[in-house]
Amino acid sequence: MQPDTKSIIKVRDLTKRFGDFIAVDSISFDVYRGEIFGFIGANGAGKTTAMKMITGLLAPTSGVIEVAGCDVAGQPDLVKTRIGYMSQRFSLYEDLRVGENIRFYGGIYGLSDAEILSRTETLLRELDMGQMSGYLVKDLPLGWKQKLAFSTALLHRPEVIFLDEPTGGVDPVTRRQFWEMIYREAERGTTIFVTTHYMDEAEYCDRVSIMVDGVIRALDTPGALKKQFKATSMDEVFVKLARNMEAST
Amino acid sequence: MKSFFGFIIKEFQHIIRDKRTLIILFGMPLAQLLIFGYAVRNELTLTGISILDQSKDAQTQLITDKLTASGYFEITSLLDDESQIEDVFRSGEARMVLVYGSDYARNLQRNGVGTVQIITDASNPNMAQLVQSYTAAIISETATSRPNGIIPEVRMLYNPELRSANLFVPGLIAIILMLVSALMTSIAITREKELGTMEVLLASPLHPLVIILGKVLPYLLLSILNVITVLFIAQVVFDVPFVGNYIHFFIQAMLFTITALSLGILISTITNSQQVAMMIALAGLLLPTILLSGFIFAVENMPVILQVLSNIIPARWFLVIIKGIMLKGSGIELLWKETLILVGMMVFLIFISVRKFKIRLE
Repeated sequence: MQPDTKSIIKVRDLTKRFGDFIAVDSISFDVYRGEIFGFIGANGAGKTTAMKMITGLLAPTSGVIEVAGCDVAGQPDLVKTRIGYMSQRFSLYEDLRVGENIRFYGGIYGLSDAEILSRTETLLRELDMGQMSGYLVKDLPLGWKQKLAFSTALLHRPEVIFLDEPTGGVDPVTRRQFWEMIYREAERGTTIFVTTHYMDEAEYCDRVSIMVDGVIRALDTPGALKKQFKATSMDEVFVKLARNMEAST
Repeated sequence: MKSFFGFIIKEFQHIIRDKRTLIILFGMPLAQLLIFGYAVRNELTLTGISILDQSKDAQTQLITDKLTASGYFEITSLLDDESQIEDVFRSGEARMVLVYGSDYARNLQRNGVGTVQIITDASNPNMAQLVQSYTAAIISETATSRPNGIIPEVRMLYNPELRSANLFVPGLIAIILMLVSALMTSIAITREKELGTMEVLLASPLHPLVIILGKVLPYLLLSILNVITVLFIAQVVFDVPFVGNYIHFFIQAMLFTITALSLGILISTITNSQQVAMMIALAGLLLPTILLSGFIFAVENMPVILQVLSNIIPARWFLVIIKGIMLKGSGIELLWKETLILVGMMVFLIFISVRKFKIRLE
């Protein structure tokens, strides 16, 4: 076992309490290098809270988090240079131009002007948006915004990227295209940590963890989970899991 | 450092591209200046009055002449009977009726005391007050200019013509600084929260302190620009004097601005919505700045509770300071107490706003 080289994220006994309410209850799991890790749960299950702690946005009540070889509590600044983050709302500035957005993100991640320039060019070429550098982001179609936001979040070449419900409110075709981008990035070796509540998207992940009421109830490949719960789809897995919970309480 | 400049540039791009922001930043101050300068006045301009002179002698004629000669009053009608008084008020042709009793001259001769009755239309209390005090001043001047009488020489210092512009411009500067600094920064920060970009910034290697500074600094610069504009227009258009030291003035203005900016940050830590931030800033900061700072109502005339309350309003102290600098040329040796209070407020607010901001982001 060589967990240190294999795991890019190590979470041990992570707990977050808000007063009496336990949002995340002592969860432990590993995310392996280069995989697409699906972090699934209903709204309020605690997945956003957990992700915020892993990305260093929120201090845990207790527990240890290690991301890309750094202790998140001890070296938050170092961790932040090694991860990328894309929030639910695409995280671009609508009133800035495409080029200005990329410049800004490159700047806050400390890239040099030359790096920003060359990476911007590559990025726009790959997205087939070479002519659109001068467009305001608000004038772009939603699907393009999303692709641009994803690529921008990867501009500083993070080892792992966190996607917080990246496909919320997007049509099926655009979702499909977006997942193709995710696959392409995973092939390049970037680890993808994605939260979603679309169960069909869970099928696209290498491994899936399902969180219910602050606890991870299941964690395996979609195939193994379906076998375990005797289900034909992840949707069924999720429903069965939720039912079991209700039955046990 | 480079990422910080990038942040500032981004912030200016937001400001320049948002029409609403631009209007609030530059349109509102100008509009307020012009509204206060031209429309809201508490000085008299040619006001209609009526005279009911039952004495008709040289003395009453003299007073009446003095009133018209003052340039503040215009006689719209001469009445013969008390029953007419209400009519002139109702028709609105006069705001005041001056009544000389039939024995005015005789009393004056015999007792040395003459009584003039001033009846004002108090449906507009401020106006009535003004008319009354102007009239009283003119009459007493006439009355005392008799031989052997004591002649008081009244001089109004610092604002000899009692011009309202001299009073409202300092107040306006306080309001504009509060508006631009507190309101606009709280909106700018909550907007990033609403858009979800704040999380992205926080997940980046940017230090939270850099994020706050980057959001705040553009508004500090714009506030200063606004103050310069207002001062310039006040001097050129409204002839408002500036006798003090400009450097001292701007240092004090910076002090107040930073206090207001901290308040803006504080508001943005309480709420995640631009709308709520705006409501809090308008109701919680702007209204007290207008009503309790001494800008419109003198603090000394307020009920005790409000007087106490006014002490925690930064603008109350700032107004004393800039009025002192602009109109009296006071230096720091006279204003140190107010300055110290303002510095204390600033330090306190910076401390808790930065602390709260950090707590939220951890």
